[in-house]
Amino acid sequence: MDTVTVTLVNKPELIIEAYNITPDAFAGKSLEEIGNLECHEGNHKTALKEFFTITGKAGATAESTKIIVKGDCTRVKRIGQKMSAGEIVIEGNADMYTGGWMLGGKLHVTGNVDAFCGIQMEGGEFIIDGNADNHLGSSYRGDWRGMRGGLIRVGGNAGSDVGTFMIGGTIIIEGNAGIHIATHAEGGTIIVKGNAMSRVGGQMVKGDVYIFGTIDVMMPGFRYIGDVEKEVDGKSATFAHYIGDLGERHPTRKGEVIYGNLYQKI
Amino acid sequence: MAEYLIKNGHVFDPILGIKGEVHNIAIRDGKFVEPSALTSSAKTIDASGKTVMAGGVDIHSHVVGPKVNVGRLFRPEDKLFKSPLRQPKNARMEMGFSVPSTFKTGYDYSRMGYCFVNEAAMPPLHSPHVHEEIRDTPLIDNTAMPVLGNNWFMLEYLKNGEIENNAAYTAWLLHATKGFAIKVVNPGGTEAWGWGLNCVTINDPVPHFNITPAEIIKGLIETNEYLRLPHSIHLHGNNIGNPGNYTDTIDTLKLAEGYSPNCDFGRDQVIHNTHLQFHSYGGDSWLNFESKAKEIMEYVNRQKNLTFDLGVVTLDETTTMTADGPFEHHLQSLNHLKWANVDVELETAAGIVPYVYGKDVKVCNIQWAIGLELALFCNDPMRSHITTDHPNAGPFIRYPRIIKWLMSKASRDELLHSFKWSEKVIGATNIESIDREMSLYEIAMMTRAGTAKALGLSHMYGSFTEGLAGNVAIYDLDPENMPSDPEMIEKAFGRAAYTLKDGVIVVKDGDIVGDTPKSTIWVNVKVPENKQVARDVSEKFLRYYSVNKDNYSLFEEHLHNPKVIEVDITA
Repeated sequence: MDTVTVTLVNKPELIIEAYNITPDAFAGKSLEEIGNLECHEGNHKTALKEFFTITGKAGATAESTKIIVKGDCTRVKRIGQKMSAGEIVIEGNADMYTGGWMLGGKLHVTGNVDAFCGIQMEGGEFIIDGNADNHLGSSYRGDWRGMRGGLIRVGGNAGSDVGTFMIGGTIIIEGNAGIHIATHAEGGTIIVKGNAMSRVGGQMVKGDVYIFGTIDVMMPGFRYIGDVEKEVDGKSATFAHYIGDLGERHPTRKGEVIYGNLYQKI
Repeated sequence: MAEYLIKNGHVFDPILGIKGEVHNIAIRDGKFVEPSALTSSAKTIDASGKTVMAGGVDIHSHVVGPKVNVGRLFRPEDKLFKSPLRQPKNARMEMGFSVPSTFKTGYDYSRMGYCFVNEAAMPPLHSPHVHEEIRDTPLIDNTAMPVLGNNWFMLEYLKNGEIENNAAYTAWLLHATKGFAIKVVNPGGTEAWGWGLNCVTINDPVPHFNITPAEIIKGLIETNEYLRLPHSIHLHGNNIGNPGNYTDTIDTLKLAEGYSPNCDFGRDQVIHNTHLQFHSYGGDSWLNFESKAKEIMEYVNRQKNLTFDLGVVTLDETTTMTADGPFEHHLQSLNHLKWANVDVELETAAGIVPYVYGKDVKVCNIQWAIGLELALFCNDPMRSHITTDHPNAGPFIRYPRIIKWLMSKASRDELLHSFKWSEKVIGATNIESIDREMSLYEIAMMTRAGTAKALGLSHMYGSFTEGLAGNVAIYDLDPENMPSDPEMIEKAFGRAAYTLKDGVIVVKDGDIVGDTPKSTIWVNVKVPENKQVARDVSEKFLRYYSVNKDNYSLFEEHLHNPKVIEVDITA
């Protein structure tokens, strides 16, 4: 695997939309061609070389390309957007939409990310060592097709609206999460190792949510049906099993009604 | 103002009977003139080897108004990755796909060679919004049709058989809203929706008002012809979009029997049935859903006082929006997506639901076939008009694709056989057995000449007749050497080589290059003074409306660049 190192040296005045920092866009290109790839600073169209120094060598395909992003990218959006293969390591923080619409490959952020990261993800692995802000693995505003596949793992805490309209895939949060988890979900798994606040599983149709800590306020649309032993992310524990959201429509399979499942560790 | 001579193009003009012969077209002062009337300063556009038609005229499209705007607001995802970044040549940013921004709407129509669009539904109470959006939609002239099929005044007058009173009220409403024609949506059914009910057949009585859709439609035809309006009533009938509704459609169309047009604008029809595709369904459930396009067209071909537009399903993700409130609720319960619903006081309602016409969904494929079958079974393309009921069956930017399907059996067959359930689709439709391929002359009928005639606007648009607006579309298609690849047809109609609007070049090689003022056309009918109606209007405003009568009518400042069509029935 060949590695390209992208280092932010000229701090932008406005936020940069770096939608071309992906193995797909870099693959098969010379360093000069990579530097000329388009990006936006505000509404102004510019090129990556205006902000970044680029060293190393890109692979022939996205699969064989690894990108290391250095420098303070707290105000660089959309790194890894729509990436389908290969690997990106962001050494530090990244701004909104990091790993949005991701199709495959591996994306690793060693710091924190802002909101809307990993939204409508379809595949691949997205690791955040720090915290993630709101709308992690959620759907785009207005869209009813949320995260479909892949894995998001957050080392710290997540903001609110995790996994809105989730259809598939897994989100694991080692810390706490804000309000609105798995709203409108029709599939997928969300695991919160810490505490959740309120409105967990509102309008949930299908899918699984695991909360290891406390839930501040339980949704009234969930009903307790018993305790179950489950192995979750390599750990076995006993959970109180709730089904819901009973206020929502639910499909039937082989004569049995399918509900969303909410498991809280006892 | 620049003068133009468009030389050596293959001209298609069904009004003048020009079928692709080489002709020169001359424009002076924004109007078509004889080439001999040009001065020596005239500029020449070389159209040799190209197709030249009058500017396109769309008879039915939801492009402006509150309903469209709610669609824009509640579908941010419709803009995602589908909004081209600002092109240096364009004046304004463009956004959206199925519910594009006003600027994108104007530019996209212009790129397709269209110069006129009839807004399909204007809630009378919200006419200021409609006209303000018309002002912001560049490069296309507009008319807007106030929705009347569920209006309380109308329901009461027609219940009592008072055609003259209903006509006086309609004339007042056209003036108050600067409207163009009478739009009827689910007659009676939308009002019944206020009671949680619907009118599924033309004989279901409307609750409280105790009148049937059949009585409403007949009464409105009589009102329309009494007022001698340019356009006929523009009808979206009852029971839209349900399996087996074709019998209700034929019952509805039969109501036109015995009526003939009464106006000075050259139309032949008394009912324009819009988006007929949604009304031509057989079967009694979605499982045995099938095409009844043949049965519908057997009737329509015989009845000369009917016109229709297609409403072709283009197999895209789109946004449905209609004044047919109960239908949108029904649709939402089928696809479980987001739903917006509005009630407009004494007048109408509206609903909006996103819809994905899937390429691998049998029902959607059958709908696609029905839309095309209607056109292919029709023996008079002057009465059959290309639409997608934008954005209900698909966005209007798919017209070039529909033209491709109509002109090329190979392209239809290729798509038909690529469907996952193609055998079942073929079994439920007639499309595979139809060999007809429409000509450019017939396409000109379906997109400009026929639509202008049915709208009663053939004195302004749709032909190269001397004195008409200098609207021209030049397409990069050589009729003597048509491309073997049908995709080239779609490409040519999607990006006009030139579009001229009122004698100004606004599109060149598919890009927006110019701007010119656009107009709003409305109809002012002079009727005999009617004190009863004046009193009824005042009383209803006092008792029921949330606005004062004096604040209801459109203020001058909302009306953009008006061109009024005067009709005097007192003479």
